[in-house]
Amino acid sequence: MSVQNETGRQATVAPTASAPAIELRGISKAFGPVQANKDISISVAKGSIHGIIGENGAGKSTLMSILYGFYKADAGEILINGKEVEITDSQEAIAAGIGMVFQHFKLVENFTVLENVILGAEDGKLLKPSLAKARKLLKQLSDEYELSVDPDALIEDLSVGHQQRVEILKALYRQADILILDEPTGVLTPAEADHLFRILEGLRDQGKTIILITHKLREIMEITDTVSVMRRGEMTATVKTKDTSPEELAELMVGRKVLLRVDKTPAKPGKPVIEVENLEVIDEQGVKRLKGIDLMVRQGEILGICGVAGNGQTELLEVLGGYMEGTGTIRMNGEEIDLTGKYSDGQSRRARGISHVPEDRHDEGLILEFQAWENMIFGYHHDPKYQKNALLMDNAGIKAMTQVSMDKFDVRPPNPKLEAKSFSGGNQQKIVLAREIERNPDLLLVGQPTRGVDIGAIEFIHQQIVALRDEGKAILLVSVELDEILSLSDRIVVMFDGRIMGERLPSETNEGELGLMMAGITDEEKAQ
Amino acid sequence: MNKMPKWADAVLIPLISILLAFFFSGLVIWAIGKDPVVAIKTMVDGAFGSTSGISYTLYYATNFIFTGLAVAVAYHARLFNIGGEGQAMLGGLGVTLVCLAVPWPHWTLALPAAMIGGALFGAAWAFIPAWLQAKRGSHIVITTIMFNYIGAALLGYLLTRVLKVKGSMVTESARFPEGAHLPNFSEIFAPLGINFSPNAPANMAFFVALLCTFLFWILIWKTRLGYEIRAYGQSETAAKYAGIAPARIVIIAMLISGALAGLMAINNVMGEAERLIDNAVEGAGFIGIAVALMGRNHPIGILLAALLFGFLYQGGAELSFWESIPRELVVVIQALVIMFTGALDNMVRMPLEKIFVALSKDKKKEA
Repeated sequence: MSVQNETGRQATVAPTASAPAIELRGISKAFGPVQANKDISISVAKGSIHGIIGENGAGKSTLMSILYGFYKADAGEILINGKEVEITDSQEAIAAGIGMVFQHFKLVENFTVLENVILGAEDGKLLKPSLAKARKLLKQLSDEYELSVDPDALIEDLSVGHQQRVEILKALYRQADILILDEPTGVLTPAEADHLFRILEGLRDQGKTIILITHKLREIMEITDTVSVMRRGEMTATVKTKDTSPEELAELMVGRKVLLRVDKTPAKPGKPVIEVENLEVIDEQGVKRLKGIDLMVRQGEILGICGVAGNGQTELLEVLGGYMEGTGTIRMNGEEIDLTGKYSDGQSRRARGISHVPEDRHDEGLILEFQAWENMIFGYHHDPKYQKNALLMDNAGIKAMTQVSMDKFDVRPPNPKLEAKSFSGGNQQKIVLAREIERNPDLLLVGQPTRGVDIGAIEFIHQQIVALRDEGKAILLVSVELDEILSLSDRIVVMFDGRIMGERLPSETNEGELGLMMAGITDEEKAQ
Repeated sequence: MNKMPKWADAVLIPLISILLAFFFSGLVIWAIGKDPVVAIKTMVDGAFGSTSGISYTLYYATNFIFTGLAVAVAYHARLFNIGGEGQAMLGGLGVTLVCLAVPWPHWTLALPAAMIGGALFGAAWAFIPAWLQAKRGSHIVITTIMFNYIGAALLGYLLTRVLKVKGSMVTESARFPEGAHLPNFSEIFAPLGINFSPNAPANMAFFVALLCTFLFWILIWKTRLGYEIRAYGQSETAAKYAGIAPARIVIIAMLISGALAGLMAINNVMGEAERLIDNAVEGAGFIGIAVALMGRNHPIGILLAALLFGFLYQGGAELSFWESIPRELVVVIQALVIMFTGALDNMVRMPLEKIFVALSKDKKKEA
């Protein structure tokens, strides 16, 4: 079953080689009452890139977990190169030639690249021979596929893009012929993503089979040969990528027509709501995270901040939201607000008319164990209107208010007594959004509004944000999704390494230019 | 996804766990050559067979309600207060000072004052670890354990040097004035025609414990402070986002916790001994951890768990008295109960969840 690199491309002659690299027949898997995978069959040709696209909870990850031996399918069979295999754990998956690159890397931070590559695949009790072997192979692979990584660098010193390459190298070191990548571009800059795609194309041309799991239509269109769409545990279609369109795929994913583009009129900006001058933040480790930020958001406009995650956007939101201290000047509606001390907490910010949809709804925006109604007042629980009397909270009143908000924001199921963790990502985000928008804020801070949110809900969330803008509110949007920044923002600023690289109008820029700015390359450097 | 109905989680699992614990206790008793059935019968008789037995059971339960609630309040803020023992000791000191300070005319005046004294001293003893945790990051588990020892040493010193009656041979304080005597069950229930043994220790403090249980429920689920405590307990990052100051919650939750532990002294010191004696708490602070754990930090659960441990304490004492079963074995039985209800929770939960999932599937097929 091991397809040699030399024979891989001309392998069509041999009868076994014409069998698909992976074939799934009638895979089903249920978790209690939830049918995560229903009778799924796909077949992926050798030497091709196959995309699997679907909303969150459509069953993509379950399917791949079955393939990688984390779960056992209730029914169905798996064929690798035409031979039926039984995969009960990841060791067997590796033996069958399957390599997996997870969304969250599984690397030991304080090990070197080499040590990570051989981890779990050492040849003997002594590491030296394995390390030497790995070093040779890494050299060979990096020449072949542009997979260059310094073998002696510590993982923690590598960029995210390089860490991902280590994951791919790990799989190749274990002689994977089939590579599964789960949402690989979520953490990459556009340039890094392009580089990854070049690597993947190189691997395909060498006869490797690649399965790409993603929710980004653009990536599917750009790189895959064939694509399968999943919806609610079922495989709704498998098509050749060149015969389909993003609109068609979106419709297959959601089950109805979706507006991929945000419908909005030109902004009518009013007077400044928030003005930030020379904002600096030093974190607990003593690292300067913000190095002098100046920005301003006016009434009735959306200022989009784009950048690769970890370049200071989080800190900016946290300072504005009142739970990180900073230095500099911030004026809200012309009045200066405290950046340290007693009046620099979330409560004081909310009193100033700043609402905040945080980047991480699981760790910050919601208390997952709390019921929806308890979450609906989270951060605003000091508001006297939620008190029945001096002692008791008006729980019944809050539940009634929650019911109204849930209906208005189309949260499903509209049950205020359900724990937040029981809602899907999109509906959780709608709860947070409902809480913050219903407060009628002057300024709305929004971080990653559609991370982990399905396409149908994305449309709704974008509409709500635009509607708030049209009411004349100021909106500061932080997102790592360039598409989202480009389609929602009225003005765009790019952040890199705690600084603002520049400001652009969405109509006068493009992904390429923003991508370069996100990588820290300024116009002057480009000119050289 | 709901795997199990709520009642199964709240009632069925603890019940099965307790039955398992008793089954294994039976095995141990059988292994040392005694009859498990007789042993169980002795325990039940001793704890519930007479008004005196019931009184003792409820007296112990009262201690455990206070310390159980104390552990639970802190636990809702994800703080593990191991210091209930020390806080209850200091509460005893507070109650003693209040009771000896004034020649109290009547218990209705003495009780509220003693409650304030006990709660204040207990809270103060919890404040230091709380402050160290909130401001310096010293782990509350370590500091509260250390404060148990410091508390014991402090009380030992005070009892031998300061509070001891001059000329007395015993390390105990003077007897409280007559007016600080809390009515016991025999005095409370006699007008209703129910006769309790006059020497048995259950007293007015039991009703204070019930009141505290109710107030605990109000605090945790009905007030803004309880909301903030629970929010902080679930997620510190989310609390910060919402503008809830972590240091404030840590300190407030520990103050309430310490106050509840300190309140225990109105039962053992004021209600029973009527003077401060050495080692008055007798490990109730630690039992409180098991009670809170078993009661799932819910007031009803804590009440039931406290009654169970009250039964184990009283029944166990009877067991060693009548059946010549060593006192240590009673500790083994208590340990088995704690182990099965607390540590081995999943052993019962997992199979039960599977059964319920299977049952619900069958129902769906029928429908």
